[in-house]
Amino acid sequence: MVEYQSILDWINFPDPMSNPYYPFGDAYNLPYDISMKIWEILGGTIAWLLNLIFPNNGISGWLVCDMTANFFALVVFMILMFAVPFIGCLVSLWEERKILGRAMDRRGTMIGMWGFLQCVADGLKTFMKENVQSKAVDKMAFMWTCSLVIGVSVLLAIMVPLSGRWFVVDYGSGLLIIMALYALAPFFILVSGWAQNNKFTLIGGIRAAEMMLAYEIPILIIIATVALEAGTFNINGIVQAQYDTIPYFIPQFVGFITFLFCATAEAERAPFDLAEAESELVEGWQTEYSGMKWGLIMLADYLRGYVSCAMIVIMFFGGWNIPFIGDWNNYMPEFVFLLKAWFVFLLMILIRVGTARVRTDQILNLGWRVFMPLAVANLMIVLMLKVGGII
Amino acid sequence: MANDNYDSSKYPKYPIEGFDTLPPDMHLTPEAIAEGALPENVPRNPAAWTHVHGGRMDTDPMWITMGPQHPFSHGLWTLRVKADGEMVTDAEPIIGYLHRGWEKEVENRTYPKIIPMADRLCYAASMTYTHLYCMTCEKALGLEIPEKTKYIRIVADEINRLQSHLMWLAAVGTDFGNFTGFIWATREREYWMDMNVRLCGARMTTNYPRIGGVRNDTPEIFDRDIIRCCDRFDKALWDIITLFDDNSTFTSRMIGTGILTREQCANLGITGPAMRGTGVDFDVRRDDPYDNYDKIDFDVPVLTAGDSYARYVVRVEEMFQSTRIIRQAMAKIRALGKSAPYRLKAPMNIPAGTTRMRMEDPRGTSYMYLVSDGTDKPYRLKVRSPIFNNVSSSKQLVTGCRIADIPVIMAMIDMCLGETDR
Repeated sequence: MVEYQSILDWINFPDPMSNPYYPFGDAYNLPYDISMKIWEILGGTIAWLLNLIFPNNGISGWLVCDMTANFFALVVFMILMFAVPFIGCLVSLWEERKILGRAMDRRGTMIGMWGFLQCVADGLKTFMKENVQSKAVDKMAFMWTCSLVIGVSVLLAIMVPLSGRWFVVDYGSGLLIIMALYALAPFFILVSGWAQNNKFTLIGGIRAAEMMLAYEIPILIIIATVALEAGTFNINGIVQAQYDTIPYFIPQFVGFITFLFCATAEAERAPFDLAEAESELVEGWQTEYSGMKWGLIMLADYLRGYVSCAMIVIMFFGGWNIPFIGDWNNYMPEFVFLLKAWFVFLLMILIRVGTARVRTDQILNLGWRVFMPLAVANLMIVLMLKVGGII
Repeated sequence: MANDNYDSSKYPKYPIEGFDTLPPDMHLTPEAIAEGALPENVPRNPAAWTHVHGGRMDTDPMWITMGPQHPFSHGLWTLRVKADGEMVTDAEPIIGYLHRGWEKEVENRTYPKIIPMADRLCYAASMTYTHLYCMTCEKALGLEIPEKTKYIRIVADEINRLQSHLMWLAAVGTDFGNFTGFIWATREREYWMDMNVRLCGARMTTNYPRIGGVRNDTPEIFDRDIIRCCDRFDKALWDIITLFDDNSTFTSRMIGTGILTREQCANLGITGPAMRGTGVDFDVRRDDPYDNYDKIDFDVPVLTAGDSYARYVVRVEEMFQSTRIIRQAMAKIRALGKSAPYRLKAPMNIPAGTTRMRMEDPRGTSYMYLVSDGTDKPYRLKVRSPIFNNVSSSKQLVTGCRIADIPVIMAMIDMCLGETDR
């Protein structure tokens, strides 16, 4: 038992990796470290105060022991892991509104902090809206599909690592798992459209499923191509493979463009937002949702847009590293990653500015007759470069 | 100072040889349409599939009620469509939600009091109906209005035509799911609204024409700004139509969808740009001229394809022609000078008899039939709205298309419910 003299004995910021319960093996995890330090300050102060009043009590020691520290650190860690993609997608929402506004000869949102606080105001507004629900809906499916769409999107967003030290899990097949989770939502949308007992939502749900047939296969081919070039499906490995060298969007330019469009379709953004085509289907599969349910669905939409951009950054823009600057990459890799993701989101916004919504038959044609051959061509190019020993 | 801003060599002559939105092999004969044939890139009717596959397609069509409050409807009307999956197999328009008994109400009002009511017939181009009403009354009275008034009315008409067409162009943007086109076209429409304000002080319901003339002469500020506005608009419209025309996401949804033939046009009584898109070379302004339109040099754009894109191109070309007409008419007004009369005193009572008058509305041929009985109130005033007839073609237009095509096809009809339901 340590002899505690001052507060600094309670708050001594131990190395998180020396904690026997450290959940990330031998990899350093920055958000866990931050959470651990937050708990050191919080729990250490409580323990110190308790120890002042009741010297040598058991609770003070328990508050700063390895297991408790690990537990509370994980709680803060989870909040932190959700907060960063959440803020990231709020920023992308703000970016979209401002850039769409500029493209349309208007100013975009203007409420506080160059319009950023409009996102907050909108979020608070949806809290106050009444939840209107039709009697005819299948209540279980209506609730659960909505929750699952939102849940899967949040899960996806926190699965994306921001850097080599900012991750939840470091899977060997991380890219595949993210894409598998990504492909789940259209099934929930299909069931949701059916459960709402409304003809518009039914057609919207069917369109989401129909659309998935078009873009899912080119996306997987391109992911396989990237994995082939990097030699691993691990996200960290793919980023390390692009460290200090040309990023993959140069050798795989065809694949990058194809993936950009497929990822736009995957995130159900314009021009591929057929499932929520407001001009003919009112609001598509979201028609019957109101209040906070609809607000969270919108949040899920933007989280998926953020994940699409993050995937492109990881696969084609060298992730959290800037090429050819070597060790300078060690300073702020998380910010570099977010900035790159917002840049890719800018490309998606520019696509939205100048295009009209496509039809279901057009996106199927596009997926099978354009994206698919392009993805295969990209695979061929990478194979030739690989066999030729160029990359 | 005649024709200072007008150069006829800048404008093409219609119909242009070899200029056609639809490839020649996609043109359909009436016999082929009767057999259910459709061009290559048009989704085929499931009814035709069941024929091909021996009736194996066992799907259950459903009726979808789109409207009366639906984003595509641009007003209050219902389109019931019978959908087999995504394919539309039948459709039925239902109107009457905006019926206010206009024709009955005007029977209890004196002739001058009907003028502001005629503004309310069409909110997008209010001056055209007021103009038509005043022309009908003048014809019944046998009144020859001053020369200058005729040109002022032409300018006012064309401003309203531009407003109406720009509102249509904005709606096309949203119907395609693109907000940029909407905002750009609405921005340009604001300039023409400002011209309305310069001319008569009101933006939408203007109450400007009078029986026997117009309410006021063109103010100095209007004479100055209208030509500037034309110059600006000729450039700005290119920006907007470049967004639509050089973009395959737009054109691929317009070319080959919603095809109407000349025969269908004649049978359904379709008029206006929708008719000129099918190759019928008719415009009341040129072929039955009123108000000195015969002294103005302009072309009537005609395309033969009959699809949505043809209607789109006709409307856009009409906008260019409108600025051309405005330039010439303003030159004539300037030549006549500020001292020329612009209004005649008209008697309150119209002698007994029947009068009919037609004019080229932005949406088609509008027509008024006046039965007067010698008092100061009309016995009957019948309005023939072009959209009332055009919307009846919605079954022919949308059958065989996809649900996603309905907003695009119906946008090209340019619905305006104020005049349809009256």
